[in-house]
Amino acid sequence: MPYPTAFQDSLSKLEASREFRKEQIIKRLSEEERTLLIEAFHPDYRPEAMKDVSLGVNMGQKVPLEFASVVESYSRIEPEKINLDSPDFNVDILVIGGGGGGSAAALTAHSQGARVLLTTKLRLGDANTLMAEGGICAPVRPDDDPYKHFLDTLGGGHYTNVPEIVKALVLDCPKIANWLIDLGVMFDFEEDGTLKVNHCGGHSRKRLLSCKDLTGLEIMRVLRDEIRNLEIPYLEFSPAVEIILDSEGLCGGAVLYNMETEEYYVVKANAVILASGGIGRLHVQSFPTTNHYGATADGLVIGYRAGAELIHMDSIQYHPTGVVWPEQLLGQLITEVMRGHGTHLVNVDGERFINELECRDTCASALIRECEDRRKGVVTPTGMEGIWMDTPLVEGVEKHFVGIYQRFKKYDIDISKEPILVFPTQHYQNGGLKITPHGETTIPGLFAAGEVSGGVQGKNRLAGNSLLDIFVFGRRSALKAVQLMNQKRSELTLQHVIDYQKKLEALGIDKSKKSPVLLPDYIRDETKAKKN
Amino acid sequence: MAELIPIYFMGKEYNVPEGSTILSAIEHAGYQLIRGCGCRGGFCGACATIYRIPGDHQIKVGLACQTQIEENMTLAILPSYPANKAFYELESVENPVNALRQAYPEIFKCLGCSACTKICPQDISVMDYIAGAQRGDLEKVAEMSFDCIMCGLCASRCLAQMVPYNIAMMARRLYAKTTLIKPDYVLKRIEEVDQGKYSAEIDKLIGKDIEELRILYADRDIEGI
Repeated sequence: MPYPTAFQDSLSKLEASREFRKEQIIKRLSEEERTLLIEAFHPDYRPEAMKDVSLGVNMGQKVPLEFASVVESYSRIEPEKINLDSPDFNVDILVIGGGGGGSAAALTAHSQGARVLLTTKLRLGDANTLMAEGGICAPVRPDDDPYKHFLDTLGGGHYTNVPEIVKALVLDCPKIANWLIDLGVMFDFEEDGTLKVNHCGGHSRKRLLSCKDLTGLEIMRVLRDEIRNLEIPYLEFSPAVEIILDSEGLCGGAVLYNMETEEYYVVKANAVILASGGIGRLHVQSFPTTNHYGATADGLVIGYRAGAELIHMDSIQYHPTGVVWPEQLLGQLITEVMRGHGTHLVNVDGERFINELECRDTCASALIRECEDRRKGVVTPTGMEGIWMDTPLVEGVEKHFVGIYQRFKKYDIDISKEPILVFPTQHYQNGGLKITPHGETTIPGLFAAGEVSGGVQGKNRLAGNSLLDIFVFGRRSALKAVQLMNQKRSELTLQHVIDYQKKLEALGIDKSKKSPVLLPDYIRDETKAKKN
Repeated sequence: MAELIPIYFMGKEYNVPEGSTILSAIEHAGYQLIRGCGCRGGFCGACATIYRIPGDHQIKVGLACQTQIEENMTLAILPSYPANKAFYELESVENPVNALRQAYPEIFKCLGCSACTKICPQDISVMDYIAGAQRGDLEKVAEMSFDCIMCGLCASRCLAQMVPYNIAMMARRLYAKTTLIKPDYVLKRIEEVDQGKYSAEIDKLIGKDIEELRILYADRDIEGI
C-alpha cells in the first residue's frame, strides 16, 4: 500500500521545496519563545487531562488521569491471605524488571557476590530498552566532556532535573560505555577506529553511540546472553504485584504473580530494585505509544502503595516523530537520529516550521501547533493528521536506518525516495519514583532505576539519556543494595496495602478497580459485553 | 469501518477487519495475549507466526505485529521454542574462532537445505552466516546476523537441529570483543573522572541559580550536523 492519492499534492510540494529547504536556515528558539510554544501546545499543559491524586505521599499533586486511575485502585491480592512466613524465594536482592536497567542491576549485584533473583512480566529482555533505536550518550570524544553533557541535560530538562542525580549520570557515562564495549556490544565504528557518534536534539556535541538503528536490541540481547551465561536465576511471566515491607518500614521483598499458573509467590529480599519501566501502554490522553506491551506503570503503582514518593509525574514525553501512516505502524518510533542526520519536518505546503534539532518537547509542540492551530497538517484518509519527515535528504538512509527502511518496505514505501508521515507519540515518562544518586527511593531498601524512577531527566529528557540512565542507576542501585546484604529484616508485612485500601474505601472508590493492570486492555467493548 | 474477513487462529475461525496486522486481528477477536506479544514494533521476536494460505502448499511466516492478515489464512503464534545455548566466559576466550567451534560443533552438520534462510522473517541469510561460522569468518556472521531478533523460527526448521540465533549471538560478541578496538580516549575519560577532573566544575554549575544557567545554556557552543 504506497501513499494514497490524497497525499500526492502535498508530496509534490515537498519535492518542489527540497532544494530551497536545504539552504534555508531556521534559527533556534530563544528560551522565552520555547516556553511560550510549549505552554500553548504541549499535551502536559492541558488542564482537563490532569487530576490531583486523592491519597498517598503525593496527595494533591497533579498527575495524568490515566495514572490517577491506576493509583486510585485496589490491590490484585487479598493481603491477609498471603502467607509471609514461608517465602517461596529467599534472596539478597530481588530485581523487578527484565529490561536494560534490571539486567544491569542483576549483573552488577551478581558480580558483587549477592544472591540475586530477577523477575519480569514477559520474557527476559521484553522491554523498551530493546526498542531504543538511536543510541546511548557517551561524551568520551576528546572535544566533548561531562560538563557539556551536564549543561545540555539540565537545559533540556528546563532546569527541573535534580542536579546531583544528573551529575551521577554524566560522570558514570564513560564507565558504562566501557562496560558495554567489554561485554561485546557491537557499536558502530568509523574507519579511523574511533567510535561513531551521532547528533541529536538538544545535545551540543555529537555523542550518541549507536549499533546501526538497532542500538537497544543489540545491547539488550548481549545483556540477556550474559545473564544466561552467568546462570543468574530469573522468572518470566511473573510480575511483582505488591512490595513487602517489614514491621520497621524497611523493604523486605515482593509478592509476584505467575500469570500463567495464576499463583502468587512471596520473595523475601534485603533489597528490591524496581526497574519495571513506565506508563506508555496506559495511553495517556489517548496518544499512541512507542512503548512495549508491558509498559503499564506496575512499579510506580506498587512503589507508591508502599509509600515511596513520586516526582514529576505530571510530565510525559511525546516523541515528535511517531509514525502516522501506514496505520499498521501507528505510533512507532522514528529515531531522533534521523533528525540528527538532517531530515526536515515539512507541513502540507512543503514548508519547514521549526529547527529540527530543538528538544523533543519543543519539536512535538511545534508539530501539534502546525496541525491543530495552523491547520497545515497532512490529513490521512481516516482523518488523522501528520507532518512529513523528509527522509530522502539523508544519503544512504536505507543503510544507516535499515530497521526503519525494512519496516516501510513491507508497505511499499521506499523511504529513500519518499518521506514518512509523523506526529507526536507517547514515548517516555519523565517522572517516577524519586531517587537519590544511588537509586534509593524514599523507602529504605527499595531502589528504582530507569523509567520507573524520576528526577534525573527533569521535565524533558534528551535523546540517548534513557539508555544511559538505566545502566547508570541499575548499576548504582545494585552497588548500594549489596551493602544491605547482611542487614536483618523484622517481621514481613503487607499492612501498608491494607491501610491504603481502607483509604480507597473511605474515598468511595469502586472496589472492582484493581492495579497494577499488568497488560493493556485492547478488548473491544462488544466483546467485553459478552464476557461474564 | 473495514470489511471483515475470515482467518483461522489455531484452527478457529474469526472474522476480523481487513488490513489489520495479525496481532490486532487476534485482539479484535477478543484475545488478551500473555505470550506471543512483546514490543509490538518488530524488534523483540515474541510473536513469530507460522501460517498457511489455502491452495498454496508453502509454509509462510511473519511477525504477528508486522504482518497483514490474508483472507482464510490459518495461523499460530510460536509461544516459545526450546533452544540450547553454550555457556562461555567472554573475557577468557583466546581464540574466538575455536571457541565458537567448540561451543557449537554442530555448525559442521549443516546440510545446506536453507530452510533457515527461507523461514527467517527478517530476511537474514541464516545458512550463509552458518557457512561463515564454519570458515571462521566472524565478521561475516556478525554483520549478516545483525538484524536477528532471536524469534526461534530458524531453530524450529533446522534439519541439523542447530539453534542458529544463539550461534550468531556468540559470534557477534566474540567479534565485537576481539576485533573492534576500544579507542584510548574512553579509558582516558574514565581516568579523568576518577581523578575528579569534572566534579568541581559541575558542582559550580549546581550552585548557580537558574538565570545564570540559562545564560550559559543559551551561549554554549553547538556542533553542526
